[in-house]
Amino acid sequence: MTLTPFQTIVIIIMATLGTMITRFLPFILFKDIKSGNSYISYLGEVLPYSAIGLLVVYCLKGVTFSSAASWAPEVIAIICIVVLHSWKENTLLSIGAGTVVYMLLVQNVFI
Amino acid sequence: MKEKNTAFKAAFPHTIPVFTGFIFLGIAYGILMSSKGYGLGWTILMSTIVYAGSAQYVAITFLTTAFNPIYALLMTLMVNARHLFYGISMIDKYRDMGALKPYLIFGLCDETFSIVCSAEPPEGVDRKWFSFYITLLDHIYWVLGSAVGAVLGSMLSFNTRGLDFVLTALFVVIFLGQWKSQKDHKPAITGLVCSVACLIVFGQSSFIIPSMIAILAVLLISRKKDSGDSEKETVQ
Repeated sequence: MTLTPFQTIVIIIMATLGTMITRFLPFILFKDIKSGNSYISYLGEVLPYSAIGLLVVYCLKGVTFSSAASWAPEVIAIICIVVLHSWKENTLLSIGAGTVVYMLLVQNVFI
Repeated sequence: MKEKNTAFKAAFPHTIPVFTGFIFLGIAYGILMSSKGYGLGWTILMSTIVYAGSAQYVAITFLTTAFNPIYALLMTLMVNARHLFYGISMIDKYRDMGALKPYLIFGLCDETFSIVCSAEPPEGVDRKWFSFYITLLDHIYWVLGSAVGAVLGSMLSFNTRGLDFVLTALFVVIFLGQWKSQKDHKPAITGLVCSVACLIVFGQSSFIIPSMIAILAVLLISRKKDSGDSEKETVQ
């Protein structure tokens, strides 16, 4: 542990607070908007798809093209996930296999 | 009481995929925490009150560097800003949830969101309790999984380098699942393209908020264009 227990608790409270703000804020802001508001229902329909796209990019933000080790493990593991998932469509299998491939690559091949 | 039992029985099958995923991801998280020197108690505390996979992974960074609570808060807000999108999606569905509403919003993580926004309770089952049990079960799986990982992690020692890729793998799989379930890929492509563009322009540390603004702008503009093309499709 780098931090003291007190500092650790403060960090955990910050992470809790940050998460709760993002979850509660829309409900507080749009409390008075009538049901069936066309903007809210349109966004409710399309936003989840854009949000996951954003998340994937967020996870890969550290990828650079300066050396093979800084992009190849990610690219190879994701190709494995895409192939495996379109073949078996088993969420757990795809996640597990992709992670194992990535770990093997960063620990043994692209060190 | 009977009403709650039937809601529980209807909710449970929907959570089985999350059970497998969360036990696995939770174990990975618990192991990662213990590899950084944080034991069972800390892991259970984090998983119970933060209850957000990506934020908890990011929080590990703040536990292992110099103490900086404000930056931890801002980073969590940025990492979890996507939850704003989930909240907006659920405003109509969670309108009449009464006393359960605060907990339902508290527990609105990626996986719970994906179920409660798509699964319909069978006839005669109360939506309120149905949504509640989905949220509660997912929460329990996550805490349980990370507790198991914390215990395993302190017994085994193996090279965990790359284990955090499990999170990336999860989102790639969710992305693929959504891609397959939708005919219209514009929202998914908008998410990817806007984020990559903002990543290039604004850099790693500050592209999330610009990406969200860009995504909203593109979605709203393309909606206007679509409704100009064919009004029937967008008028609801």
